[in-house]
Amino acid sequence: MSVSRRELLNAFLGLPAALAACRHASNRSPAMPAGEIAFRREVIGHRLRDQPPIEPLAGRWENATVVIVGAGIAGLAAAWRLFRAGLEDFVILELDATPGGTSRSASASAGGGYPWGAHYITVPMKESRAVLALLSEMSVLEGFDSDGEPIVAEQHLCRDPQERVFYRGYWYEDLYLYAGASAEDTRQRKAFDAEVGRLAEWRDSRGRRAFAMPSSRSSDDAEILALDRMTMAQWMDGKGFTSPRLRWYVEYGCRDDYGLRMTDTSAWAGLFYHVARVTKAGSDYQPVITWPEGNGRLVAHLSRVAGKRLRLGRAVVDIRHRKGDSPDNQPIASGYSGRPIDPGGTIEVIALTHGGRDAAGIRAKNVIFAAPHFLTPHLIRDYRSARPAHVDEFDYGSWMVANLTLRDRPLGRGFPLAWDNVLYDSPSLGYVVSTHQRGLDHGPTIITYYYPLLASDSRAARSRLLQAGWAEWAEVALSDLERAHPDIRALTERIDIARWGHAMIRPRPGFITGQARKAALLPHRGIHFAHSDLSGISLFEEAFDHGVRAAEEVLVARSIAHESMR
Amino acid sequence: MSGQSNNRLSKTSKPDSRIEPALGSPRPGTAGDGLRTPLLYLNVCIIATCGLIYELLAGTLASYVLGDSVTQFSLIIGIYLSAMGVGAWLSGFLIAEKLARRFVDIELGVALIGGLSAVLLFMSFAHLDWFRVALFGLVAVIGILVGLELPLLMRILKQNVDFKDLVARALTFDYLGALVASIVFPLLFVPKLGLVRTSLFFGACNAGVALWGTYLLRPIIRGSLTGLRVKAVFVLVLLTVAFIKADRLTSLAEDGLFDDAIVYAKTSRHQRIVVTRQARGFRLYLNGGLQFNSADEYRYHEALVHPAMVLADQPRRILVLGGGDGLAVREVLRHDSVESVTLVDLDEAITDAAQQLPLFTQLNQNALADPRVTIINQDAMVWLQENEMLPFDVAIVDFPDPTSFSLGKLYTRRFYRVLASRMAPNAPIAVQSTSPLYTRTSFWCIVRTIEESGYVARPYQTSVPSFGIWGFVLARATPFEVPTDVPEGLRFLTPSSVLPMFSFPADIARVPTEINRLNDQHLVRYYENEWRGWQ
Repeated sequence: MSVSRRELLNAFLGLPAALAACRHASNRSPAMPAGEIAFRREVIGHRLRDQPPIEPLAGRWENATVVIVGAGIAGLAAAWRLFRAGLEDFVILELDATPGGTSRSASASAGGGYPWGAHYITVPMKESRAVLALLSEMSVLEGFDSDGEPIVAEQHLCRDPQERVFYRGYWYEDLYLYAGASAEDTRQRKAFDAEVGRLAEWRDSRGRRAFAMPSSRSSDDAEILALDRMTMAQWMDGKGFTSPRLRWYVEYGCRDDYGLRMTDTSAWAGLFYHVARVTKAGSDYQPVITWPEGNGRLVAHLSRVAGKRLRLGRAVVDIRHRKGDSPDNQPIASGYSGRPIDPGGTIEVIALTHGGRDAAGIRAKNVIFAAPHFLTPHLIRDYRSARPAHVDEFDYGSWMVANLTLRDRPLGRGFPLAWDNVLYDSPSLGYVVSTHQRGLDHGPTIITYYYPLLASDSRAARSRLLQAGWAEWAEVALSDLERAHPDIRALTERIDIARWGHAMIRPRPGFITGQARKAALLPHRGIHFAHSDLSGISLFEEAFDHGVRAAEEVLVARSIAHESMR
Repeated sequence: MSGQSNNRLSKTSKPDSRIEPALGSPRPGTAGDGLRTPLLYLNVCIIATCGLIYELLAGTLASYVLGDSVTQFSLIIGIYLSAMGVGAWLSGFLIAEKLARRFVDIELGVALIGGLSAVLLFMSFAHLDWFRVALFGLVAVIGILVGLELPLLMRILKQNVDFKDLVARALTFDYLGALVASIVFPLLFVPKLGLVRTSLFFGACNAGVALWGTYLLRPIIRGSLTGLRVKAVFVLVLLTVAFIKADRLTSLAEDGLFDDAIVYAKTSRHQRIVVTRQARGFRLYLNGGLQFNSADEYRYHEALVHPAMVLADQPRRILVLGGGDGLAVREVLRHDSVESVTLVDLDEAITDAAQQLPLFTQLNQNALADPRVTIINQDAMVWLQENEMLPFDVAIVDFPDPTSFSLGKLYTRRFYRVLASRMAPNAPIAVQSTSPLYTRTSFWCIVRTIEESGYVARPYQTSVPSFGIWGFVLARATPFEVPTDVPEGLRFLTPSSVLPMFSFPADIARVPTEINRLNDQHLVRYYENEWRGWQ
């Protein structure tokens, strides 16, 4: 047992886990499974950040009505919306060799996909019109009930058992730890549920929900917005919610969706996680829709729609306005400020291919910038020359995701293997099982383990993420899982690690209702912005909403008749 | 369980008390006396009894686990006798001065290894390949040790007795012990104590001989006796404790779990397969749950298969899901119209056993060897979803009860819908549906789920003594009359007995239930709660 391993585990899993791992170190084979760092987005990203601009040769220019920068969910959603409206002259430029952003997935050589990030959506409520249209198109929906709520085909809903939690040597059904709850714990859980139910039924004068998905459908009533000025921990304290297992449950939600501790999460966001999933008081949380490859299923469908317009391995390095061009866009009014927006002229988008050696340019009438907002000062020339203050308000969490290829199902005591498997005493979020939704209950599988770096200082968290290499992260994942599955090392054939430096936006208090987010939403001279970070909430539904919104802004600017899907 | 173990204990005390006075009353003489040779002959008798018992134990166990008792017994006897020969030969190398001490040591060795042999062998059950190594290794070790015993004792006695008399008497008592063993083992010990306790009991006898030997042989044991006696007492206590705790040990080995003798046991990748034998036929257990009893399985399988086959009218392509034992296939093949049978069972260990073990092949009439039968070892749901296939005319759905989520998914609306998509238009399905008596809500939950999957479901029930009242569902897309024809040569169904199965008396009548859906497996929870109520 080397001291450095103990230090590593102490740093990433906490002292009890480190000591436990060291106690058992003697009876373990030192051999590590195979594996690698799966994709290194930061390498090319940092190189592009640091290298001088390259100008495309004269013959390397083409024209398109719209260029979409980034093929994450927001970019793909924008493409999907443009395509539906009949605007087919667009190009999507994606840095990676694979589309999807943090919703990307991969396929095992033996068959069967697995996620590298986002892996579920909740059943949309009727106000989520665009997502419902998408799911209908994918035959995920069978129809709508008499209340207009969607009916999802059974095989797309998460198969029972959905969740279990590991606590002191035993697995228990559900995420909330019911086993051993005291009367006071139970009372507080019920009171919390009642609070969630009350907020779920709350409507403002215009009939809007307090917390709706997408969040742009939520109320802007002062009572609700005030929640964004406190932390989730303060809200819990104010309600007298002291039960450790209730606080763990609420904090899990913050860690899971935001990569933040309860003490750093906006109460608005912390409550959104729960309330936006409940139709009315007393009803269960909306069921989960998932696939073996996670949200990769949605990415694959949207990519098919985009077809050849989707160009992978294109690193956008410059977005600039051609000098002396007269604007040919219609002036539009921003839905957020009501001010008319400068429509801009011809926009030139320059992208590098072949590892940065070759540059190509596209002249477009509009650009949909569907990459994370922190990249705007690097890529948009106007933002580079005059960096807008709002950019620095965007704070992103870092995540490590490990995919473990197992030759068989791990041993575990108590409730059987579920789709989502969470360790109570762990800074990780546990793992999801890729074969669960395929109905394969025996034999080899791939599990996806999620570890958010919760440090409040996101720059420090990011450097911690990138300083630890494959061996360190593999060791963290194995040591953490080993507490619940003593045989995990022997079963693991390989571990692949993804280090997401800017995995998701972090909704700290004030961000969601703040000016920076509003400013970032405003189009800039024909450039429209779409990304989940513009909601402050890193969810598929948010990214999709922004993609559809940005596309519809372009449709307005281009005077293309359409009926809004929002 | 605890009541049972008390019974067993009280029974064991009888042979103990019977032996005690005979062995214990003539106390060894004080120092300076010669050896009490007649008592040493009694030792010979006990040693011989124990030795043969271990051999019989190993042979019995081997034929339980590996089947084919003639081969197993021949092998065990051969290995055992040759090992005894090795032991006898080795005895010549022991130094004369330490003979008595060595005798006690060897006796303790036999006590420990022989006494624990059944436990060790039961525990190594799970892995058959390893089991053979353990079995033959153990038999050889015991054989060597037992082979050492008699020559050693004869060398000890030689100092006091004329050689001619010695050989004659020693062999007399040796054969006498063998006779005792061969009589008490099958008649008294196996039926009363079971294999594990029998071996422990005789191990304790060996340890008793060792301890007693420290008194009998005191005149010729050099050096301190304390060490020897401590060892002997330790072994005796260990075996006694094991004897008392034998229920726990046997339940580890499942010996206590099954009432009858285990004739086949295997842990496959998916489940624990155990076959037990009883007076009338044999039983198959999967993970401890009874799948069939050969004495009355025909009632179950005739009821499951024929109504659907007759309803289909000259079906050609048959799908059998689960039922790797081949018994449903046997019934399917009674219908001449059948051209192909596709059997999908997750566990190749079951379908292999059904094709190879004589117990199975006799019962299923070698149905799985029929050229029309194709066997697919995959999860039925995954196979149905992920493969192309021609439509089937009948499906016989014969899964184990929904004791887990992975089995429960095979009773979901999604499953029945996928199955429907693989069937010819209006093709019937028959589904084993648990007991409407013991698990009433579960049964009606399956019925409702099938109805909600686009079928007209007609539930029926019959009595299968080993299971109790058992339920099935016959279903197809459009309403139908229950067919009353039955094929020739059945033991249970007759044309007039079909229709009565479709009526449900008050205590098993329909109850309202939820639908069993993939994302909400009510059935697994119903089933667990209902069984808990009967336990």
